[in-house]
Amino acid sequence: MIEVKDIRKAFEGEEILKGITTNFPKGQTNLIIGQSGSGKTVFLKCLLGLFRPDHGKIVYDGEAYSSFSDEEQRELRKQMGMVFQGGALFDSMTVEENVMFPLRMFTKNKPHDMRKRVKEVLDRVNLAEPQHRKFPSEISGGMQKRVSIARAIVNRPKYLFCDEPNSGLDPKTATVIDQLIQEITKEYDITTVINTHDMNSVLEIGEKIIFLRHGVLEWEGDKDIIFKTDNEAVTEFVYSSNLFKKVQKAQQAGI
Amino acid sequence: MNYLHSIGQYFLMLKDTFGRMTKASVLKDLIFKEIDDLILGSLGIVSFISFFIGGVVSIQMALNLTNPLIPRSLIAFAARQSVILEFAPTLISIIMAGKVGSYITSSIGTMRVTEQIDALEVMGINSKNYLIFPKIIAMLTYPLVISISMFLGVLGAYLAGVVGGFVTSNDFIQGLQEDFIPFHLTYAFVKTLVFAFLLATIPAYHGYYMKGGALEVGQASTTSFVWTSVVIIITNYIITQLLLS
Repeated sequence: MIEVKDIRKAFEGEEILKGITTNFPKGQTNLIIGQSGSGKTVFLKCLLGLFRPDHGKIVYDGEAYSSFSDEEQRELRKQMGMVFQGGALFDSMTVEENVMFPLRMFTKNKPHDMRKRVKEVLDRVNLAEPQHRKFPSEISGGMQKRVSIARAIVNRPKYLFCDEPNSGLDPKTATVIDQLIQEITKEYDITTVINTHDMNSVLEIGEKIIFLRHGVLEWEGDKDIIFKTDNEAVTEFVYSSNLFKKVQKAQQAGI
Repeated sequence: MNYLHSIGQYFLMLKDTFGRMTKASVLKDLIFKEIDDLILGSLGIVSFISFFIGGVVSIQMALNLTNPLIPRSLIAFAARQSVILEFAPTLISIIMAGKVGSYITSSIGTMRVTEQIDALEVMGINSKNYLIFPKIIAMLTYPLVISISMFLGVLGAYLAGVVGGFVTSNDFIQGLQEDFIPFHLTYAFVKTLVFAFLLATIPAYHGYYMKGGALEVGQASTTSFVWTSVVIIITNYIITQLLLS
């Protein structure tokens, strides 16, 4: 579980996060939603330790990040997996080498064992064998996301972070990626935090949802209550998509 | 203030680069890859330029030696001195600032833009050490490039002078050996090593701290070339003042 206590972060005098307090339970897919510029990415980078909050603390399974020594912070980072918006796969490495990278860096496993583990996770994300020796530029966006997920879980992390994992994907592939992330969260019993503004993801996998607006936590709940909330900002965000507007009209018309 | 900030940031980057080391087995592979990309990949263009510039120096010296009292062996002497003292270490380094420097800035800059550097940091890897340190070590072999440049520059001068009929082979070889000061080679290689360090780190700085997208990667490469050249020229002056005057 990750607990966030009164996090504040400013850049050049402008406060981006204005005191966020929440928690992300283990074994659940936790979603951070909000419009562009709401502070989602800054918040996620604070959770990842890429940004140091100006105020407040982040507690990982009972241990506050700020109280960790540099070495402990690095050890914690090794327990984190991250799926970046664009995949962030290393261009100069093949798919297999990308996934093997964390194992090469942090384990003393033999090459044979590493290859076995890489095959295992690539199979888990349903990436066919012929793709394993290709470079990231030679595979599709959906496959890149799968490789990114495989790289994130290869070291059996305790925390999985995903920054807009569906951006740039067609709806069908996006749903597959969502389901994959949810299955992996249950299977590995990890704490997963997903930064998204895709309403389909909210509907599919939003076991816990927090809504950020202008750097403030405006609302929190789950996929079952987000469509029933009275919070105007959330309603406006949720029904900003034409599809959901039609659903809303249909609901109001009793269809 | 911006310049001061950049200089401070550059030195802090260097401190972190020599900080927490990447796993030795991974680092070894990275160093070999960088030697291949930065050094071996540059040999072709360096050889080509050195050979022809050496030839041009020889022809120009010959055409300017109109006084019959001045021995023709001076052509070789002048070619040797200009190639060893300035042309090979300094001019080739400026060419390398364009070739290798742009490559370093754009490759690290692209990694920044596509969040690959963030990916390294999230994994708990010292990204500066992982990306920049192998380049610095690979550039320690840069004197090899300059040695080849010196050799080919002199060879080009010899062929242009002798085949062009400006000087006899014996005169050229005699001029090549005249008043040779071994310390000049030391001076040339000292500055080569300093330039090697600058060639690896200044472009790396511009790539690592760049912000924006594809357009900014291009701009960062240009800026890096300009600054690397400027710093090489100033450093060349300082080293020459310290070692030769």
